[in-house]
Amino acid sequence: MNNIIFERFKNYWFIYPFILLWIIKPFLPEWGVVPPKSCLGGCGTIEGMIPFVQWVNNLIDILRNYEIFGFFTFREFTRSIANLIDIPLDFTEALLYKGFNTIPLGPMPWVMILGLVIILGLYLRGVNLAILGGACVLYLAIFSLRGIWTLSMKTLAAIAVSVPLAVIIGILLGILGAKFKIAERLLNPLLNILQSLPHFSYLILVAIFCGVGAKAGVIATVIFAFPPMTRLTILGLKELSSEIIEAGRMNGCNKWQMLFKVELPGARSSLMLGINQVIMQCLAMVVIASFIGQPGLGHDLLARLQNLRLGQAFEIGVAVVFIAITLDRYSQALVLKEPKRKIEGVFWKRNPYLFGALIIVVFSFILSLLTAAAIQLPKEYTISISGYLDWGIKFITTSLFVPLGIFRDFLLVYFFMPTKAMFQSMPWVAVIVLVGCAGWKLGKFKLAMTVMFFIFLIAASGYWVRAMITLYMVSVAMIISVGFGVPVAIWASRKKSTTKLILNICDTFQTFPSFIYLLPAVMLFQISDVSAIFAIVVYASIPITRYTIFGLRNVPSQIIEAAKMSGCSESQILWKVRMPLAFPEILLGINQTLMFALFMVMIAGFIGTVDLSQEIFRALSFNDGGKGLVIGLCVSLIGLTADRLLVEWSNIKKKEFGLIK
Amino acid sequence: MPKNSKAISCKNVWKLYGSNPSKYLASKNFNPTIKDLKESQYIPAVFNASIDVYEGEILVIMGLSGSGKSSLVRCMTRLIEPTSGEIYFEGSDLLKATDKELIEIRRHKMGMVFQNFALMPHRNVLDNIAFPLEVQGISREKREKRALEIIDLVGLQGRSKYYPRELSGGQQQRVGLARSLAVEPNIWFLDEPFSALDPLIRKEMQNEFIRLQNLLNKTIVFITHDFDEAIRLADRIAIMYEGKIVQIGSAEELITNPSNDYVAEFTKDIPRAKLLSVGSIMKTTKKLKDSTLKVNKSDKISSVAPKIISSNSVATVVDDNGEVCGELTKDQIIEILFSDKENHE
Repeated sequence: MNNIIFERFKNYWFIYPFILLWIIKPFLPEWGVVPPKSCLGGCGTIEGMIPFVQWVNNLIDILRNYEIFGFFTFREFTRSIANLIDIPLDFTEALLYKGFNTIPLGPMPWVMILGLVIILGLYLRGVNLAILGGACVLYLAIFSLRGIWTLSMKTLAAIAVSVPLAVIIGILLGILGAKFKIAERLLNPLLNILQSLPHFSYLILVAIFCGVGAKAGVIATVIFAFPPMTRLTILGLKELSSEIIEAGRMNGCNKWQMLFKVELPGARSSLMLGINQVIMQCLAMVVIASFIGQPGLGHDLLARLQNLRLGQAFEIGVAVVFIAITLDRYSQALVLKEPKRKIEGVFWKRNPYLFGALIIVVFSFILSLLTAAAIQLPKEYTISISGYLDWGIKFITTSLFVPLGIFRDFLLVYFFMPTKAMFQSMPWVAVIVLVGCAGWKLGKFKLAMTVMFFIFLIAASGYWVRAMITLYMVSVAMIISVGFGVPVAIWASRKKSTTKLILNICDTFQTFPSFIYLLPAVMLFQISDVSAIFAIVVYASIPITRYTIFGLRNVPSQIIEAAKMSGCSESQILWKVRMPLAFPEILLGINQTLMFALFMVMIAGFIGTVDLSQEIFRALSFNDGGKGLVIGLCVSLIGLTADRLLVEWSNIKKKEFGLIK
Repeated sequence: MPKNSKAISCKNVWKLYGSNPSKYLASKNFNPTIKDLKESQYIPAVFNASIDVYEGEILVIMGLSGSGKSSLVRCMTRLIEPTSGEIYFEGSDLLKATDKELIEIRRHKMGMVFQNFALMPHRNVLDNIAFPLEVQGISREKREKRALEIIDLVGLQGRSKYYPRELSGGQQQRVGLARSLAVEPNIWFLDEPFSALDPLIRKEMQNEFIRLQNLLNKTIVFITHDFDEAIRLADRIAIMYEGKIVQIGSAEELITNPSNDYVAEFTKDIPRAKLLSVGSIMKTTKKLKDSTLKVNKSDKISSVAPKIISSNSVATVVDDNGEVCGELTKDQIIEILFSDKENHE
């Protein structure tokens, strides 16, 4: 018996050095508790052991001021690229809401957009999708008393330029990555960092090099949105069955024929999925890019949230959500759409949807000549319920003020504050030792060194204390998310119908730009750690729920049958068979939850928390590119550390179960 | 069978997996043992294989999975590069062919059918079959005309606009066969073409294959792990084991004269009566016995068994010239028919 307990303790050996160091903290030298502040590169405003911020700012200065290309500076170069963006952007803006200057042609009438969206929905999937699209357009048109229609069109104009750019860049890099080993080696770490860097780090750098406004917004959006496209292109090209490749070669394809006739078409579903992801990323970023002057829904949402005009913010929020769901469902329908047998016959028989679209264009154009109501819905038909919403929110907050306040204060005093204090009391050396030991246990020397290096960089940057506050918020939110998501997933996975329901809810929630989650948080808890954590929890519960359901449902039915025939009760099957086998997936879910939480915690800085995100907002307002990037990298290093450890752990488990080799 | 000129000739072909295998092979003087390879952590996919494919024959390469048969065929087509050795295709050195020449050879002289069909999911039947013609740059009109001809040939009339996912496995492989035949190749490679199909469909497709071959008379390299299939289709069979070609010969030769235990084990469950000829089991004698029953030396046992058993006497064996060359008793036949599985070693 003792032996077993001893074995168990031995399994968790990697925690003990950490605990020991924590306990003997009073005896540790000062430099071991809080990272020392030194000034390697000359003293000044530098805070950390290594003056990263200074270095980055020096680099930015060089890029900004020196003519490294001979005749012009790097900044002039990037600004002229930004000006190129104006060409397509002018076109989409003119098409959607401005109207053309050079030719006497107004923007697309709203009836035309309605008709085209409906017919596209019919073409891609069918009536249900068309109804969703139609409803979305109608909402934007009808709730436009305060200009939601034009705001939406501004946002969509930016998306319409960003998506193709991000897709093209993503596919090109993806092809390089799939074809050349070196390219993939270079791309992988770059994509890892790009995908874990908080939105705001991009914004600051883009603002410095490309200015502000719609074109800068588009550039930030493209940089933010292309990584998944690249990843999925590489994946799609690499996952092609070797037989298809061999068939192409045996039929005598040369390299270009292979790429365009065999490989890219063969990777079609991956590429379409990439497009779907790009669209959703673009939408999320376009909303946030309002911080650097991107006009549209995000801009107004931000302004109203700041002025606590929650009713109006809510109306805009619903518009964003509506657009998000519609874009997502449309592009998913594109993923699933398979080539169909063609019908022989005349033009409109062969291409009924194209023909329908043409009719709609002509018809709505004529209609717009006859009546202005077809161009934009007249004001007297538009509505806004923000007044009622304000009243409702006020009612809720006043009636719930006392209980919610008590709840909030209770959480703060008895849960959040102590946890925060705990995190802040950890000596940084102890934390490095902990990740090092965990890395050693999972992946020996190499992994241990990697993760210790990551954490050391954070400590050296001078933002250790802030980083620990971020970590505290993320950890608390993760514990709540897992505590909420796993039981929901267990409940949902018992039946097919509930599984589908919950997965649908997850899908829908995941399409919302993360910004949206601040709305209910602020409504309920005003501005505090609690509302930030509430927003994080709601957002971060999605992946853990989804992955847990996936893990539980994917246990082979034969094993379940074997368990049943061994006489397991339902709960025994759950705890002795399903849960252990789902564990690797749950780990991946926790990993994703952490990523989501990190993203959200940065955005939550907007409603006033005092962690890294506050610093990044400060950097944003002072245009401090070095600080913005370094803090962003700190966040991304937290994410990468956890990612390395959790994914390795999950892989080890999967190997144990023989799920992967 | 008549020995025609060689379509493909492989000499001492090696394919090793591991770090820098060609250097290793040279250092071992191109003659490492299996044990050497294992110690140095090299995996031999093809182990010193020498084999000729004659024009007009059906050569079946047989072996279990991992025996190297797919690797050998991929060396012959240069889908993978052999580590060492020589391969001649229609007399010229295939390993010296440039990428461009290789593309030309594949476009005009080789056709290949794959185990899992390898159809392009984004192209319909017609476009799949026309694909090899399309990459040659043949005009749409011409290639579709040719594709329609082959669609008729493989019995897929009316399905030309279907997409692969709309077809059954057997139909999909008909498309695979059709595509590989579109360019009228000189040599036809079939890599386990029927292994992914149900047994009944497999039989049907074998018949289809025999029918096509009777029409087309191609040189064929056919891979399978199924000995029954090999017997049905092959002129010659090459058996592979751990990358080595252990024996090449007709089905009858493999059964009557297996070169090692592995081949014997492989062939032991085969119904011999259908394969063995009278000549392979008769007792040789020049004496003319007083027998009314005469059988030909090259007859299969199964075809003469009923009359010998029912006649209850010894049969006289004659050769093609009518000269007596041996005798065959009822007991010998019964042994072949019923007890060969246990007795054969």
